[in-house]
Amino acid sequence: MQARLAAKDLACRRGDRLLFRGLSLECDSSAAVHVTGANGIGKSSLIRILAGLLRPFAGTVETVGGIGLVDERLALDESLPLGKALDFWETLDGCRDAGRAMELLDLADLLDVPVRFLSTGQRKRAALARLLNRDCPIWLLDEPLNGLDTQAQKAFEALIAQHCQGGGIAIVASHQPIALPSPRTIALAEFAA
Amino acid sequence: MIGPLLRRDLGLLLPGGRGGAGVLPLLFFLAVAMLYPFAVGPDAQLLARTGGGVIWVAALLAAILPLEKLVTADLDAGVFDQLHLRGVSEELAMASRLLAHWVAFAPLLLLATLPAAALLGLGGETLRTVLLGLLAGTPGLAAVGLIVAALTASLRGGAALAGLMVIPLAVPILIFGAGALSRPESSGLLLTSAISLGLCAIAPFAAGAAIRSAREG
Repeated sequence: MQARLAAKDLACRRGDRLLFRGLSLECDSSAAVHVTGANGIGKSSLIRILAGLLRPFAGTVETVGGIGLVDERLALDESLPLGKALDFWETLDGCRDAGRAMELLDLADLLDVPVRFLSTGQRKRAALARLLNRDCPIWLLDEPLNGLDTQAQKAFEALIAQHCQGGGIAIVASHQPIALPSPRTIALAEFAA
Repeated sequence: MIGPLLRRDLGLLLPGGRGGAGVLPLLFFLAVAMLYPFAVGPDAQLLARTGGGVIWVAALLAAILPLEKLVTADLDAGVFDQLHLRGVSEELAMASRLLAHWVAFAPLLLLATLPAAALLGLGGETLRTVLLGLLAGTPGLAAVGLIVAALTASLRGGAALAGLMVIPLAVPILIFGAGALSRPESSGLLLTSAISLGLCAIAPFAAGAAIRSAREG
């Protein structure tokens, strides 16, 4: 998997507050980055800037390869059964083996349950299933462990390791410790303006 | 790309769908046509003369009802973000939504015009002009509705604001569409079609830009 993500001299402004500046980041295949920092320091904004969803106040982002994003927003139809809701994204992504993600994330029993009845952790697992089905090299994860139980956390950490081994990039914003393969840590506090 | 998108939008918006206003606009439309004779009295001539205009006003107001659910839910759920990452532009998503929105409310509205015309005692010629006018005007109403819904989606209390914003924007459609009733030639209908086409051409871009700017907020 060919993947590259390069951010140069990023600065982020929300409202009239400069959150961080001078942040540069270069990732090639198999890189894993852990973005740490307190609440409100700009972790989510950084992830959204890297995803191209938010314009940086300064700086540039270049990416090679598809981007998969998991944040606190599920993007699944609440009233549909989980299987049907995931179906839409599987069709768009041209996913051939949707069963694999279901099995890895232990979702097979929940496929008939409407999305709005899922618990916090189950919703997170559904979002991760959408990510796995996408089969893209760059993973941008905003607090992916939130709501997951210990077992699911372990399972997902293993999935990230597998992803990086296969040449993928994983950038994880998380305030809690997460086991990443050969991780680089970016403490956003160091770039605070 | 547009296939699954359109299928999902139709599933959301069609009556009986998961996220739309259902048959509510239709019932609202019929209720107005039913109430009007009660309000002005059983003067058949007056009803026949003004009924076409009442149907137009009712249609315009009915077109406002589905706006609340048109964009907001998907914006909040991050659907447009995920589509963007998959290379589906906001413009394409909005074009699909425009088509689905029109399909979900206009054909049924045209159908409901028949009983409404009966309630108001409209003649055959008038009914024909109203139907043709609505056929020409509803795409424009849908386009205005979509633009406004996208613009107000990220605002608190946006739904009420959307209703108020649609009305002035829809006035040209109303003037020429309902105006065709009092004119023998078809210039009003043609102008209505022209306005509708123009609005439909603009709508995906305007609504797409609104979605993008909502992200920055």
